Amino acid sequence: MSIQTPNGFKLDNSGKRVVVDPLTRIEGHMRVEVNVDSNNVIRNAVSTGTMWRGIETILRGRDPRDAWAFTERICGVCTGTHALTSVRAVENALGIAIPDNANSIRNIMQLCLQVHDHLVHFYHLHALDWVDIVSALKADPKATSALAQSVSSWPLSSPGYFKDLQIRLTKFVESGQLGPFKNGYWGHAAYKLPPEANLMAVAHYLEALDFQKEIVKVHTIYGGKNPHPNWLVGGVPCAINVDGTGAVGAINMERLNLVSSIIDRCIEFTEKVYLPDVVAIGSFYKDWLHGGGLSGKSVMSYGDIPENANDYSAKSLKLPRGVIINGNLNEVLPIDHADPEQIQEFVTHSWYKYPDESKGLHPWDGVTEPNYQLGPKTKGTKTDIKELDEGGKYSWIKAPRWRGHAVEVGPLARYIVGYAQNKPEFKEPTEKLLKTLGLPVSALFSTLGRTAARALECEWAGREMRYFQDKLVARIKAGDSSTANVEKWKPESWPKEAKGYGFTEAPRGALAHWIKIKETKIDNYQCVVPTTWNGSPRDPKGNIGAFEASLMDTPMANPEQPLEILRTIHSFDPCLACSTHVMSPDGQEMATVKVR
Amino acid sequence: MPASSKNRILVLGIGNILWADEGFGVRAVEEFHRRYAVPDNVTILDGGTQGLYLVNFLEEADCLIVFDAIDYGLTPGQLKVVRDEEVPRFTGAKKMSLHQTGFQEVISAADLLGRCPKHLVLIGCQPLDLEDWGGPLTPPVRDQIAPAIEFACEILRQWDSPATPRTAPLPESERLLANDIDYLRYEMRTRPE
Repeated sequence: MSIQTPNGFKLDNSGKRVVVDPLTRIEGHMRVEVNVDSNNVIRNAVSTGTMWRGIETILRGRDPRDAWAFTERICGVCTGTHALTSVRAVENALGIAIPDNANSIRNIMQLCLQVHDHLVHFYHLHALDWVDIVSALKADPKATSALAQSVSSWPLSSPGYFKDLQIRLTKFVESGQLGPFKNGYWGHAAYKLPPEANLMAVAHYLEALDFQKEIVKVHTIYGGKNPHPNWLVGGVPCAINVDGTGAVGAINMERLNLVSSIIDRCIEFTEKVYLPDVVAIGSFYKDWLHGGGLSGKSVMSYGDIPENANDYSAKSLKLPRGVIINGNLNEVLPIDHADPEQIQEFVTHSWYKYPDESKGLHPWDGVTEPNYQLGPKTKGTKTDIKELDEGGKYSWIKAPRWRGHAVEVGPLARYIVGYAQNKPEFKEPTEKLLKTLGLPVSALFSTLGRTAARALECEWAGREMRYFQDKLVARIKAGDSSTANVEKWKPESWPKEAKGYGFTEAPRGALAHWIKIKETKIDNYQCVVPTTWNGSPRDPKGNIGAFEASLMDTPMANPEQPLEILRTIHSFDPCLACSTHVMSPDGQEMATVKVR
Repeated sequence: MPASSKNRILVLGIGNILWADEGFGVRAVEEFHRRYAVPDNVTILDGGTQGLYLVNFLEEADCLIVFDAIDYGLTPGQLKVVRDEEVPRFTGAKKMSLHQTGFQEVISAADLLGRCPKHLVLIGCQPLDLEDWGGPLTPPVRDQIAPAIEFACEILRQWDSPATPRTAPLPESERLLANDIDYLRYEMRTRPE
C-alpha cells in the first residue's frame, strides 16, 4: 500500500522488509526497518530507538546549580554540551548575566568539542562506511604517497611512511584482533575507493586518533579536569592569574599559550588532512548522492557561539539561527524557545502516554509516562519483535516538531540556514567545495553533503576558537580577569518560581534544556536532544522524521549487507552511533540483519 | 607479574552512574579514592562513559586496573577478575550506554597506537539491574564495592605500589565526584519515596 506523507514522501511497505537491529533488545539501541522494492530500492523506512527520558525524575527536587553535573553524565560524547546547555537554562530562568571572559571560554570549550567530535566522528565512526580497510592492504605505498602529495602539503606522506603503516596494519589484521575494524562489510560493492585512497585514509585514521588526545587538553585547562570538566552557573569555574607561575588551577600565560598552540594544530590538521580527505574520498562517490531526506525541505538551527555575552539573538550568534520549511530558502523563520506553539513533542507513535495524544506538549509542560504498546500488525512479541508496526507506537524517541513540521538538525542544517541567510563564512566555503568536486548546489542535500558540511564546520570552528582565544587574551591583558558573576549565587536571591531554557548547537545538532524552578529546587526539567529531532518517529499527521526520510529511495547493492543504511544514518552522527558496533561477550558482532 | 614501583599505574572506574548497576565501576573508584591514598606513580580516574577521551590516560599507563559492571551471566553481585589479553573481550560486553565507545574500542585504539598498558586487570561485578534509569546501585552490587576495592589493593601490593588507608578523612573538595552526584547524595535522593 502506498501512502503520501504531508512532508512529501511516498511510502510503500508492500516490498521485502529488511530489519537492521544491532541488538536483540530494543531498549537503549537503534533499529531500522525498511521495505525494498523488486530493484532493492528503499520505499519505506522505520527508525526506532530510545533516548534518555528519565532525567526529569532524577533532577526533580535537586539544586538547579548542580543540574549540569547530572546532564554531563547523560552520555559519553555530548558531556560538555549538555553541561553548557544546563547552566544556560538556569541563568535564563534566574536572569543571571555572565562576564565576557566566561562567554569566550565557554565558546572555546564548545568549539573545541565541535572540532573533536567532528574529527572523531569522521575518522573513527563514519570513514569506515566509505573506506575499505582490507583493500588498503593491497595498496602500492609509492602510489599512495603520490596521491597524498597531490591532495595536500601535509608532511606525513612519504612512500616509506605508507609502507610502514601497511606492515603495521597487516600485522594487526593477521593477529585476528581486528578491533575497531571488526564490523565492516569489507569488499562490499558500494565501496568505491582505490586501494591507495583507502591506505591514505587509514593513515589519517591513526593520525586523528593520536591527535584527538591533544584537542581535549583545552577542556582540561578551562574545565579544570577531563573527562567531566567543571562548569558553573554564572560563568566558568577557572580563575585567571596571568602572573601566576604554576598556581594550581589558575589560568596563567603558560596555560593560555598551550591552548593557543592546540588551536593552531586543530586548524592545520583540518585544513591539511580532514578537508582534503573529504574531497578526495568524496570525488569517488560523486554519483552516490542519496540520503538527502529532509535536508532539502525542512531544517532547523538554534544557533550558538554568542559574540556578545548574554545575547542569544540571531544577530549575536555566530552559528546561524532559524528554520527553513518546505525548501523555501528565501525565508528563514525565527525561533522562540518560550513560545508554547513552536517546539512541541508528540507521542502518537512513541511509547509514552499523553492525556490527548493528538496534541503536542511544549517541553516546559512535558510529560514522560511510559506506555509500551505495540501496534496490531507487529510481528513477534513484546520481548522479541520481528517486525514493527509503524501504524502504532514504535519508538522510545518522542517526535519533536517545530510548528508541526519535522525538521533535520546538525551541521548540514546549520550550513543550509547560513547559506540561505547569505552569510559568506558559510556560503563561500560551501560553494568552493562543491566547485572543487564539480557538483551543483543541489548535491548538498545528501549523505555526502552532511559529511562535507561537518568538515567545513570543523574548519570554521577552529578559526572561531582562534578568534575567541585572542579576544580572551586581549581582555586579560587589558586587566579584566573576571570569569564569574556570583551576585545571584545564593538561592535566597531567587524568585519563588522561575522558568527558563538554554540552547546550544551540539556537534550533532540543536540541543535545548527547559527548566522550572520552584522554591529554589528543580520542579521540572526536560531535554530535547538532536537525535530526538533527527531520529523521531512519525507524528499524528504522518510526517516522517529525518532518519526515515533520509533512507527513502536509496538503492541497496545487497540488502543482506546494509552498508548504504549505515552510511546514511552515520552521516547524522547520531547519539546512538555506537549501537552499530556492538559486541557480545565473546567479541562477536551482535548486529543482525534480517531480510523477510 | 610483579612490576617495578616506577611503573605508572592507572586505577580507572567506568560506567554510567545514572543507570543503576551500570554505575558500579565509577562508584568503586570513588570509594577507593575516599578510603585510600596511593603513591605518586598511581593515578585514580573516574572515566564515566567517556570513550576515546580515555585513550590518552591508557597510553600513559604501564599497568591498568579497571572497575566495571560486566555482564558475565553470573549471579548478580558476583565479582570476577580477568587479566591481560582476556580483558578486551569482556569489556566488550558492555552495551548499555547509548553513546559510549565501548571500552574494548578504547583498548584497541591504544593498542593500534602501539601504547596499550602492559598489564591489565579488570575487576568486574555482575549487575542485577541495568535498566533502571536514575536508579541506585542494587544491594548485591553495592555490597561488592568493598571486596572490589580490597582486591585492587592486593593488585597494587603485587605491583609494589601499595595503597595506604587515609589517616584523615578526604576533604569534600578532593573527592572524585561532587555537585550532588557523589555516591551518598545521589543514592539518598534517587529513591525519595
